[in-house]
Amino acid sequence: MESIGVLMMCPMNNYLEQELDKRFNLFRYWTQPRQSEFLIQHAESIRAVVGNASAGASAELIDALPKLEIVSSYSVGLDKIDLIKCKEKGIRVTNTPDVLTDDVADLAIGLMLAVLRRISECDRYVRSGAWKHGDFKLTTKFSGKRVGIIGLGRIGLAIAKRAEAFDCSISYHSRSEKPNINYKYYGSIIELASNCDILVVACALTPETTHIVNREVIDALGAKGVLINIGRGPHVDEPELVSALVEGRLGGAGLDVFEKEPEVPEQLFGLDNVVLLPHVGSGTIETRKDMADLVLGNLEAHFANKPLLTPVV
Amino acid sequence: MENVGVMMTCPMSAYLEQELENRFKLLKLWEFPSTTHFLTQHSDSVMAVVGNTKLGADSELIELLPRLEIVASYSVGLDKIDLNKCRERGIRVTNTPDVLTDDVADIAVGLILAALRKICACDGFVRTGLWRNGDSFELATKFSGKSIGIVGLGRIGSAIAKRAKAFGCTISYHSRTKKQDTNYTYYSNIIDLASNCDILVVACALTEETRHIVNRKVIDALGPKGILINIGRGPHVDELELVSALCEGRLAGAGLDVFENEPEVPKSLLGLQNVVLLPHVGSDTIETSKAMADLVVANLEAHFLKRPLLTPVV
Repeated sequence: MESIGVLMMCPMNNYLEQELDKRFNLFRYWTQPRQSEFLIQHAESIRAVVGNASAGASAELIDALPKLEIVSSYSVGLDKIDLIKCKEKGIRVTNTPDVLTDDVADLAIGLMLAVLRRISECDRYVRSGAWKHGDFKLTTKFSGKRVGIIGLGRIGLAIAKRAEAFDCSISYHSRSEKPNINYKYYGSIIELASNCDILVVACALTPETTHIVNREVIDALGAKGVLINIGRGPHVDEPELVSALVEGRLGGAGLDVFEKEPEVPEQLFGLDNVVLLPHVGSGTIETRKDMADLVLGNLEAHFANKPLLTPVV
Repeated sequence: MENVGVMMTCPMSAYLEQELENRFKLLKLWEFPSTTHFLTQHSDSVMAVVGNTKLGADSELIELLPRLEIVASYSVGLDKIDLNKCRERGIRVTNTPDVLTDDVADIAVGLILAALRKICACDGFVRTGLWRNGDSFELATKFSGKSIGIVGLGRIGSAIAKRAKAFGCTISYHSRTKKQDTNYTYYSNIIDLASNCDILVVACALTEETRHIVNRKVIDALGPKGILINIGRGPHVDELELVSALCEGRLAGAGLDVFENEPEVPKSLLGLQNVVLLPHVGSDTIETSKAMADLVVANLEAHFLKRPLLTPVV
């Protein structure tokens, strides 16, 4: 398979890069000074694209690669891939579900605890020497709080399972009610936000869910509410979120994703009721290797004419 | 009960102070230039002492309070109270179990997640603009599925185990005796526990026997990939050994809510990225501190109304 051209969209993982290099003819998109020329030059040899949460396969890219057969994403999110175009052209698409579910759910809980119990701020308090001059203030209990989950897919369910061990009551909103689930369903996201203490975004990003957390939802969540986003930045109307936090209309936020990563609104840096992470939801040694193996496994299956491991299209 | 003298050892809760003032004759030790000054004026009036994790009732103090009937601690830990002396003198002792169990267990899990997933370091990475500059953060370590070893499977230890199980963790524990009502793996030797877990959590009471229960040998057994979490008391851990293990890479990381000499924290820890340091906040939430205060007040009222104590220890 060494003559098969695979286009990697951006640096994402050294191990993945090395393995792709070994098995295929790897092109590194981000090292090309003139990308359009590069595409014209190599269009005939590129049969696969490997993307991630930052860069995938847009309609434009797909059109520029007439020999493209498969897009294998190093992510579970598919928002950077034009799925409709892929379907039209018979291009296969794979992602990395399941292997990262635990890590993302763990981080969601980690964010909840860090925000409510001010763990990050406490750590800074100790390191700055402030503890010598006085005790830290009281924070808010996590156990027993009401957790509202937007999107009860693999990750949403994993978050629910963990939160239940803290005696949290779970409710959720999704396009339709899930059968065989004991959690309370809200057909309206405003109702969900009004009836929970911690609102977690855990759904896929689509045109319908862009800005699903808007001013109205933030108002419904309220001054004691906490927003946790481990989905995608565009799920949340970021300027509205920032002004709500700055003005005290929202109690706090734990954010792993932002609308324009790696840009983060600077007004958030001065707030003690937010925890800001650089999109590390699946960022563990164990999981990133599992994700890489899944990308490789899917590509090899495709080019060996075997069934794909985790196909989306 | 307005004539009942209650001595509070140090500031711990404005709400508790208020509630005590409403019911008793509250004497605040810290408002006096020294304990001696206080005792000269009030030693005969003190019938109850309200202490906490910082300052309780040691043998010396108990000796100097001839009318002391009850020590009500604003904590679950009893290491700052001379229990033997209290038993000898027939002095009752109460603490605040159960109401703070969830909070402390939550902080233990919060520390584990913060340490393994480098949450505090990541937050700093974003706030200082490094992410925007194009740096990427190093990979962290997965929590789900790891093995947790708990030292002391009491209320708090069990609550930690319950939470960790939801993350698919395997649980093992060490305590003085094996617990009958649990399926977790028991190790009668703490070295064996440390050798067989990824994350070691200190959750037992501090006594003469458990002082420095986490020593060099235990740290070595936990090893260079191991994480230590301490939500017990600072003296549970040989702090000097812990610090050198962390600085030398013989231990992968630690999450600490307590230290041997609070609020002093070893300077070498302050520069490490693989530790999470908290200022003893295990039970410091609005909800729990109120519940603890209510329990202290209720125990004192029960005592002076000759009713059964709610949460007696002695």
